[in-house]
Amino acid sequence: MLHCLWLIPTLPFAGFLILAMAGTRLPHRAVASVGVGATGLSAVLALLIGADYALRPPAGNAFAQPLWTWMTVGGFSPSISLYLDALSVVMTLVVTVVGFFIFLYSAENMGQEEGYSRFFAYMNLFVGSMLTLVLADNLLVLYLGWEGVGLCSYLLIGFWYRDAGNIHAANKAFIVTRVGDTALAIGLILLFLQLDTLSIREILARAQAQWPHGSEAATWAALLLLGGAVGKSAQLPLQTWLPDAMAGPSPVSALIHAATMVTAGVYLIARTHGIFTLAPEVQLLVAVIGAVTLLLASASALVQWDIKRVLAWSTISQIGYMFLALGVGAWSAAIFHFLTHAFFKALLFLGAGVVIAALADEHDLHRMGGLRRELPITFWTFLAGAASLAALPLVTAGFYSKDLILNQAWGSSPGGPLLWAAGLGGAFLTGLYTFRMVFLAFFGESKTPVIRKPGVAITVSLVVFAFFSLASGFLQMPALIAPVSVYSDFLSRSLPPAAAATVPRTTEIMLFLSALIVPVFGVAASWWLYIREPGLPAWVAQKPAGAALHRFLLGGWGFDSLYDTLFVRPFIFAARLNRDDFVDLVYGGLAWCSAQLSGRLVQTQSGMIRRYAVGVLLGTVVALGLTLFFKELP
Amino acid sequence: MNGIPLEQGLIVAGLLFALGAAGVLIRRDVLFILLSLEIMINAAGLAFVTAGAMWLQPDGQVMFVFILAVAAVEVAVGLALVLWLYHWFRTLDVDRASRMRG
Repeated sequence: MLHCLWLIPTLPFAGFLILAMAGTRLPHRAVASVGVGATGLSAVLALLIGADYALRPPAGNAFAQPLWTWMTVGGFSPSISLYLDALSVVMTLVVTVVGFFIFLYSAENMGQEEGYSRFFAYMNLFVGSMLTLVLADNLLVLYLGWEGVGLCSYLLIGFWYRDAGNIHAANKAFIVTRVGDTALAIGLILLFLQLDTLSIREILARAQAQWPHGSEAATWAALLLLGGAVGKSAQLPLQTWLPDAMAGPSPVSALIHAATMVTAGVYLIARTHGIFTLAPEVQLLVAVIGAVTLLLASASALVQWDIKRVLAWSTISQIGYMFLALGVGAWSAAIFHFLTHAFFKALLFLGAGVVIAALADEHDLHRMGGLRRELPITFWTFLAGAASLAALPLVTAGFYSKDLILNQAWGSSPGGPLLWAAGLGGAFLTGLYTFRMVFLAFFGESKTPVIRKPGVAITVSLVVFAFFSLASGFLQMPALIAPVSVYSDFLSRSLPPAAAATVPRTTEIMLFLSALIVPVFGVAASWWLYIREPGLPAWVAQKPAGAALHRFLLGGWGFDSLYDTLFVRPFIFAARLNRDDFVDLVYGGLAWCSAQLSGRLVQTQSGMIRRYAVGVLLGTVVALGLTLFFKELP
Repeated sequence: MNGIPLEQGLIVAGLLFALGAAGVLIRRDVLFILLSLEIMINAAGLAFVTAGAMWLQPDGQVMFVFILAVAAVEVAVGLALVLWLYHWFRTLDVDRASRMRG
């Protein structure tokens, strides 16, 4: 069964090729079946292979499938090969299964759009690239997938390309992530120069052997890898592209900008965890970046009025949790939060897509309201997703994954009360902004008429995601309630377990209780502010200080304007200055000279035949004279 | 037959050539330009014949026969051009036919 591994990324690529070549000539239903079917088959295959891997683990708990050698240049011969271990099984399952249900949703949701086949072609290309990324055996193939998903993200953010704003957002996403991609590329070169290989397993083995703990090479390599991860996963300081990326269609936001692509950075760090363990300062930096990002992003999510931007900031903040977990060495906790986040955030984006479509493309939370009665299924599923995002205790998946992270943030060696407190503060804010969104959109009185209700495909996807948002948490439960650790046992096949946190039992109970209570406080505060006293937030926002704070948070802590003054404006200024291209002046000058000369010569073409005759005669005389003159010279 | 010295023959040829060239440059009537061209060609022929007589070789006269043939061809083309010139411009003045400038 494992030998069919190569089919998993190949199927979506095949779907892409069919749709790209014949998509516009195929009828609507055929496009949908090719688009959804390719990823669906891939998902079935991934489930079978995942089950096979789990039940009959291959030797060394990993299976590598070399396909062919990419190129051979000197001693550099990267191969195209796939690698399956517990980490890539989880990633592959999430990408294909979540992808399949999002495709199912889009088959209906995007039905009226022009460019239906283009949409599915891009989406299939994306899934194929993402699978290449997670199944790559060496860093070069990983980078291929990495760039592939970046390209698809760009294409899909600018899907409605007639609107200049969307193109602007797509360019921004592409350029900002490019900063990180460049760092990653330099990191790859550094790793190859130092360790003479790009195979991930070889790199980890040789790094352990060659680099001492905390050595400079390890620090630089880890820093550059972190740069790539930060760009792709929209963490501080490269987070500015993700809120604007919401210009794309909702399924795109759900698949690319919530569930899969933006977590590629988390995957990268987890995959190369050996290098980060060798560079403890960088690993601490990962945790700090995560903690700061999660606080900053959840504060920004509090004041957004666009429902998709709330979710975008929330995605940044949840990935911050994953970085926090990676930073404290809780690798499997990070991947666990990735799993639950993929389900509930995809669900929330899909729900938001239904709401937006129902209200005739209305994004503004203040113009929604009362949708609880109009869209009951959407409401209940959205509520499940929101509860999971807010980590409401015991019944939601988000609670278990977040509790695991907070627990590790306190207990493991690089962690500590400070990182734990940041995570806990983030949990409070998460409850607050999540339920602000729920209360504004689904409660209160109706403000905009509902014109479109979800059909079967959308409802099925929503219900499936709602189920997973609640149930996937039971794979891993804290020892205090029920000692279930199916998930971390599975992942421990390829990721080292977190450094055993030996906290006293009282502390453990304190940690558990705080993770239990704080999100509830957040939700309660939200209820009080938006249901009980709905005038209060508006009143605060009208005070000068409140208004300034509101503007500051709405703009994402001024990062956009900072980068605008620091990079964009000087660049545009320099470009203006050099509009006539200094280098080009040389060539322009040459062209100008020859044009002038030709102008002079043109005047000799008078059309007067007798002048030509004079010219011929004079030329003959001069030629003869010269001959005679030089003949007389010795 | 050996009475004319080389210098005199060449001087006459040079004078004839200069006359022809002056005619080409000064005359505006295309017929006279053609006539002047003939004079120039014949000047060249005279120079050949004189030189041939000097070395008592037949080459000079052979060359003159060639020159005659070239002159005949030139006249044929030249007269055709004259006819077309008159057809298009209703004049034989070459300065009026100067539309191909620049």
